Amino acid sequence: MSLETSNITSEPPSTTINVNNEIFIDLNDTELTLGLPGESRKLEAKRKFPDVFVLKLGRNDQHDMTECSVVTKSSPSKEQIVGWPPVKCYRKNTTINDCKYVKVAVDGAPYLRKLDLQLYTCYQQLLCAFEHLFSSCFTIRNILNETKLMDPANGTVYVTTYEDKDGDWMLVGDVPWKMFVESCKRIRLMKNSETIDGSDLLKKF
Amino acid sequence: MSKNSTSIAGSGPGSGTGDYFTPYPDEVLENVLENVLVFLKTRRDRNAVSLVCKSWYRAEAYTRSDLFIGNCYAVSPQRVLNRFKRIRSVSLKGKPRFADFSLVPADWGAHFTPWASAMASGYRALEKIYLKRMSVTDDDLAMIAHSFANLKELVLVCCDGFGTGGLSVIVSQCRNLRVLELNEDEVSDDEIDWISCFPSEGTSNLESLCFDCVECAINFDALERLVARSPLLKKLRLNRYVSIGQLYRLTLRAPQLTHLGTGSFGQFEGDNQELDSRASFAACKSVVCLSGFREIAPEYLPMIYPVCANLTSLNLSYANINAEQLKPVIRQCHKLQVFWALDSIGDEGLEAVADTCKDLRELRIFPLNPSENAEGLVSEVGLLAISIGCRKLESILYFCQRMTNAAVVAMSENCPNIIVFRLCIIGRYRPDRITGQPMDEGFGAIVKNCKKLTRLAISGLLTDQAFSYIGQYGKLVRTLSVAFNGDSDTGLKYILEGCVSLQKLEIRDSPFGDMGLQSGLHHFYNMRFVWLSSCRVTRQGCLDIATRLPKLVVEVFRRDEEEGGERDDFVETLYMYRSLDGPRADAPQFVKIL
Repeated sequence: MSLETSNITSEPPSTTINVNNEIFIDLNDTELTLGLPGESRKLEAKRKFPDVFVLKLGRNDQHDMTECSVVTKSSPSKEQIVGWPPVKCYRKNTTINDCKYVKVAVDGAPYLRKLDLQLYTCYQQLLCAFEHLFSSCFTIRNILNETKLMDPANGTVYVTTYEDKDGDWMLVGDVPWKMFVESCKRIRLMKNSETIDGSDLLKKF
Repeated sequence: MSKNSTSIAGSGPGSGTGDYFTPYPDEVLENVLENVLVFLKTRRDRNAVSLVCKSWYRAEAYTRSDLFIGNCYAVSPQRVLNRFKRIRSVSLKGKPRFADFSLVPADWGAHFTPWASAMASGYRALEKIYLKRMSVTDDDLAMIAHSFANLKELVLVCCDGFGTGGLSVIVSQCRNLRVLELNEDEVSDDEIDWISCFPSEGTSNLESLCFDCVECAINFDALERLVARSPLLKKLRLNRYVSIGQLYRLTLRAPQLTHLGTGSFGQFEGDNQELDSRASFAACKSVVCLSGFREIAPEYLPMIYPVCANLTSLNLSYANINAEQLKPVIRQCHKLQVFWALDSIGDEGLEAVADTCKDLRELRIFPLNPSENAEGLVSEVGLLAISIGCRKLESILYFCQRMTNAAVVAMSENCPNIIVFRLCIIGRYRPDRITGQPMDEGFGAIVKNCKKLTRLAISGLLTDQAFSYIGQYGKLVRTLSVAFNGDSDTGLKYILEGCVSLQKLEIRDSPFGDMGLQSGLHHFYNMRFVWLSSCRVTRQGCLDIATRLPKLVVEVFRRDEEEGGERDDFVETLYMYRSLDGPRADAPQFVKIL
């Protein structure tokens, strides 16, 4: 399992992270400061998404992981710290349902659909499901080992996001598949205005 | 060995001593020793005996029946088989504990296979196998089933790599199996009805069957028949695929149970096991240990009232219940010694525990919502109440969002018998909630006042002062867990120089570097392992240690399996341990052994 995380120490972390040579992130806003109560803390910025997201799917079928796991700009306390708190993962599921239907909304589509996440075992299958569900809207394209959701008619790329148990909107693909299924409440495919030809595809934040 | 033990004069036949006169021949001595040594069970005693002299070493090796290996890589299977010839029970531990929290890549190691094959030829009379954090394959299980005709007990804790297919081979082939316990394992669903693979004729000798971690449906009818023909069955722990109606039926079949894991403790849709509203577990007169409650329907809790008065252990740590739901249960549990629960019971629930459970020895409170932003459901209030009400407390694991030094100090004074103290303040770097001070004084009081303390886990905002206390007073501490604490290398130095009994040290995300690590050179050979991840240790620093201590295996790796093990300037994970047989041959590509 590999959730990327910055090295949290009492010193501020480095300002840029090179993740698989793909994404550069400015971590100034995630700088962790030690302070006693009463001292002012930085306002916690809500999570923002890059304009284009590349969902890079796992190296092999065994890892239900994306290769590109991103530490997004967010408040320090909401960052995904691997293995913290030290609670075994099976304890994190106190209620497990037999089926997990979530609403799927696509920007620009007139109505929503519903998917049973329990039917799938990995992100690749989920993307295929999207393709079938909204077959008129887009297809999955494989370009340079990257898999994206794209409308072939106009080159619009879609960002896959979901709302988790805490009410936050997250990027699909960061966490292991099972964790995603357990915490996902609904899914939204956000239209991205950039075309696939845009060269600053990955650098915007 | 049949020697004439009455002959005590002169140098007897075959003594081979040569130059000097021995009143007791070696063989006689060894014979006497062996008769005495059978009474020595603990490995500490046996290790001491084996150091006296060669003769005692041999006698001890010949009579040891229980083998314990705390780190499967500390010694090779062959070396073990060469020394001990008559082993009946094997206990083997593999991965470091932080593997439980996804900090060790899946294919890191701890494979059982080499041990299985070595023991298959050397220990054919093996009766008990206990494995913790090992990778066990279905083939390994098949090898066990085929090699050890006398196997009576198989206990797998926190293991992975096998599935219900492997289980089916074990249960069908091991005709002498009495104990099969699967505890927190990851078991793959091979879609095999393994419960049906138990021999179906005659009574079974099964005494313990625990499969609460197996995440797939089981054939209930087969299970019921198995339980019905197992008169010796004392421990039964069901998984969450067993409904409360089915559970009830099983308890009627096995009223002699002492340990019961209740499975889901809820109704299933379309469940045709209708439950009489007056039904209860009154049939279970002998139950002393209750667990399960995986998908609890709280309205059924009254069913356990008849057994509460006898309970010594109650595990509700999967049950999202509040104080009001807990109180009627806990008020009857006067004999309770072990209690595990979720923090959903709140401080109020803990107060109820403190009021009734005067004999409590072990408490574990887990977080319902393990996130740093979650609302704190338990706090220093609950901890204080427990410390006042449960004076015999020996072991505590407590997850909370905030804490105060005062409550921790109070616990150190009220509960002097504490042996294990693990406090996890989920919010990293959080100081005392009321004073705003670091949590140094609280943990300092624990190490100072709890004179029997052997295991400690710290959290919250801590400076090097806390480590100074631990080094100064923690003379019996064997296991120490550190996470997101400390100011500088000095903290690590205090620990390594002060904690003379330290065996297991696991540290993550703390500002400890090469200099701190160096101060442990005199002690590393006495330890089982040292783990440092996301700290400030450099590759050169690790190389220095490896060079100075040749019998230490120094592993460096990254969690994401990138080769080299370094992230920026520092080593991401350092895991080092002593070994008699050098670096392991099965290290994957991403693990660098220096």
